[in-house]
This record gives sequence, C-alpha cells and structure tokens, in this order.
Amino acid sequence: MTDVVVTGYGATTPLGGDAASTWDALLAGKSGVGITRGEFVEKFDLPVKISAQLAVEPTEVLPRVQARRMDRAEQVAMIAAREAWAHAGLAVEKGEEPKVDPERLAVVIGTGIGGVTTLLDQDDLLETGGLRKVSPLTVPMLMPNGPAAMVSLEVGARGGVHSPASACATGAEALAWAYRLLKAGEVDVVIAGGAEACISGLTVAGFVQARTLSQRNDDPEAASRPFDTKRDGFVLGEGAGIMVLERAEYAAARGATVHGRLAGIGLTSDAYHITGPDPEGTGQARAMVNAMRTAGISPSDVGHVNCHATSTVAGDVGETVAVRKAIGDHPVLTAPKSALGHLVGGAGAVEGIIAMLSVRDGIIPATRNLDELDPGVTLDVVSGEPRKMELSAAVNNSFGFGGHNASLVFTKV
Amino acid sequence: MADNAEILTGLAEIVEEVAGIDTAEVSADKSFVDDLDIDSLSMVEIAVQAEDKFGVKIPDEQLAELKTVGDAVDYISKNQ
Repeated sequence: MTDVVVTGYGATTPLGGDAASTWDALLAGKSGVGITRGEFVEKFDLPVKISAQLAVEPTEVLPRVQARRMDRAEQVAMIAAREAWAHAGLAVEKGEEPKVDPERLAVVIGTGIGGVTTLLDQDDLLETGGLRKVSPLTVPMLMPNGPAAMVSLEVGARGGVHSPASACATGAEALAWAYRLLKAGEVDVVIAGGAEACISGLTVAGFVQARTLSQRNDDPEAASRPFDTKRDGFVLGEGAGIMVLERAEYAAARGATVHGRLAGIGLTSDAYHITGPDPEGTGQARAMVNAMRTAGISPSDVGHVNCHATSTVAGDVGETVAVRKAIGDHPVLTAPKSALGHLVGGAGAVEGIIAMLSVRDGIIPATRNLDELDPGVTLDVVSGEPRKMELSAAVNNSFGFGGHNASLVFTKV
Repeated sequence: MADNAEILTGLAEIVEEVAGIDTAEVSADKSFVDDLDIDSLSMVEIAVQAEDKFGVKIPDEQLAELKTVGDAVDYISKNQ
C-alpha cells in the first residue's frame, strides 16, 4: 500500500503567525500565554484571566472583506491552509490551472467547538435588535464544517470535504482520516488539520465550571505546566495547524519536497466517562499500539512521544502510564502545551507538525515550567533546553472529551 | 431626504463595506450579480444596511427586483 507523506504545513498559533515562527519560538522556550485580551473576563468576573491568544490577529493577514465573512475559527484555518498549500508548492494564481486534479483532492479539517463566538454574537444581536440585525452569514460562520468548507473553496477541492469533531483530539483525528483516504487510494492529496478559536465568556465559564483551567493569573507564562507537581489545569488557547498530505508516488512524480511520513495512525475510544480519561489508560495505549502496528514499526523504534499532556492533575500522569504500557520506558517525552496552551481542536494538528519536525530535524522542544517532575511520572521528560536526538520515529498523542484517543506515528523520510 | 446622487454615494459606501468593491465601480448601470459579483447573502446585508441608512423598507420580493445599482437608487428615492 502507498505511503503517506507530508509535503507542506502551515500554522497560526499563540507562539507565531506561521509554522516557522511557532517552531522557532517553541525551541527558544517562549510562552504564548498571557492576560486575556477581551472585556468578558471583567464583565463576568471570571476567575481565569489568562489564555493563549493568537500571536498575530487574523484580520492583519486576511483581506478585510474575506475576514468579515468568516468566523475566527474559519480565519485561522484559512491562514494555516494557505501557508501549507504554498509550502507544498501547490498554490496557483487566480485563473491558472490547478496543479492537483480537483476531484483527487480532499479536505479534512475539524474543529472541537465550531463558530461559538459567531453563535454568541449573533444571539446578542437577535436579543437586542431582533431578526433584522442577524447576519445572513450566521449559519455558514458557526457551522462546525465551516473551516473545512472555506478551505475547500480556497483550494478548489472536489474530492470530498470532511470535518471530524472529537474535541481536543480533532486535529489529530483529521490527519488520521486523511491518512485513511490516501491509503485507500480515494484521492491523491489531502489538506488536513484542525482549527479552533473559542476563547469567549461562555467557553471559559464552562471550562471553569468543569474545574479544568489553571487559575495562575499572577504568572501567566508559568500557568501551563504539564507533568509538574504544581500544575492546576490547562490554559485555553486558539489557532490552527494544517498539513498537506499526499500519496508518496504522487508526491514523487511531481518532485515535491517531502518533510516526513505519516506512517501510522490509531483511533480508539474509552466508553468510560464523558470528560475523564480511563485511569488504566487502556484506550490511550491501544491508540498508540494501533498507530505503531499500522506504521509497521515496533516499540523500540519509537524514540519520542509528543504528549497530549494538558497540565491537568489527572490526565498527565495517566498518559505516561499508557505510554509505558504501549511503548515502554525508553521514549523521551515532551509537552508542547506548556508553551502553546491548549488549542482544543487545533492542538493535535499543530502538535503533529511539531512531532514531525522533531523527527525531521532531530530536536525535541523542552517542556516549559517543569520545575519538579510529578513523582508519578517515571519517564524522561525534556525540560530546560531542547534536546538534540536522532529519531527514526515519534508518536504524537491527542485525547479529547468524549473518550477519543488519537495517536499518530511520524517517521523519517 | 437624500437626492439620487447622495443615495448612489451612500449605497456605494455600503457595497464597499460589505463586498469590498471600490466605490468608483458602483455606478447606476452596474448589475449587482453580473457586474459586481455580489452573492445573495451579501445582498441581504446590503439591503439591511440601506434600510437603516435611508429609512426605507426593502421587502424580499422587492429586493429580488433590484437588479442594478440604478434600480436600487430609484427604489430608495421613491420610498424614503
């Protein structure tokens, strides 16, 4: 069966307005977390005053009229997709022939929550101004398939547009579905990933009430601290990550630069609790095992795990238990959410890019704020400085509310 | 009460805001759909903003009849 290769990638995140600046900031040990810009924190007297907001506002990048027709989640998807598409060498000028047969090109881009800020804003307009004030663009802006659909229009994809929704596993699941489409030979190229922009009064309040967010308001950059004994919850972030994935033969025929191989995937579910992970980590371990099996590699080949680790008390240690069960004690771990915050539906795709770059460039970014490793974690977690390490394969984990477990294996070309 | 020239200027500003079309392009003879490439969703936005700006009502069945910018100017002029 065909291999699946990565020929382009793009991102917009709290660390940078594109993939390169995000990667550089991550390696430099910077944090994307700060005091939340927005009136809602004060208005509702929310106990969480910090978040990881975008480094570059989408309206600074997108043409004004295009931006006003899109929800913020759609805007970040569009920005990351354009970067990835150009990076893959597939962008064309308006009126030029497309470089990929549109019917052999698919889009798989998901979001965890969808256009929630549009939903809330338009509901306010309905309440205060009545029907006439509601935008005719409300539905296309709030629908969860909006980011994928917008990108399909941009690149002219007619081979199917799909929008998985699996909360915080969405971005990784999207890459996994792209892998399946390519392996099945249904299309030649897929533009895939995840996008989220849901930092609003209601979502923050909801996460606060679920007791999941860090309240370290006095030191925002230290708030996201996966695996550290003093972690107290995750930091809500926003952004998008998009990859261009191709059948290896197709990429080779067009002479594309290949950055890595999405060698295997594992998608499993817990059926245990709607938000809490199975403490045995069975479903997570099965996702990793399935990803290694589909990649045709053994646990000893996996030198690194790019962890989901969000900085919640229960989740982080559980994941390491699952890693030990599935792979063993040897993989070196890192937790990029320590710097990025938690990009919800965007997280798995941005972190997939990071894991792939770690394999390509032989360097693992450090986990920020790891002052004292939780005694429940017996694995080697990179902290302080990035670690140079030759890697033949890395696993990237993403797990989501609802019991979704997604693991991806990236290997060297 | 705005005269026809003022209505055209005001309408052109709305079209620029909603659809990003330069105000100089928005002349009386232009068709919203065929010349200015404005879709049905944007037409609804333009109509709502025009209602507010000129104090007119533009019912849906009337909106469908306003093919050109000149049609809209005439309708607003007669109904404001």
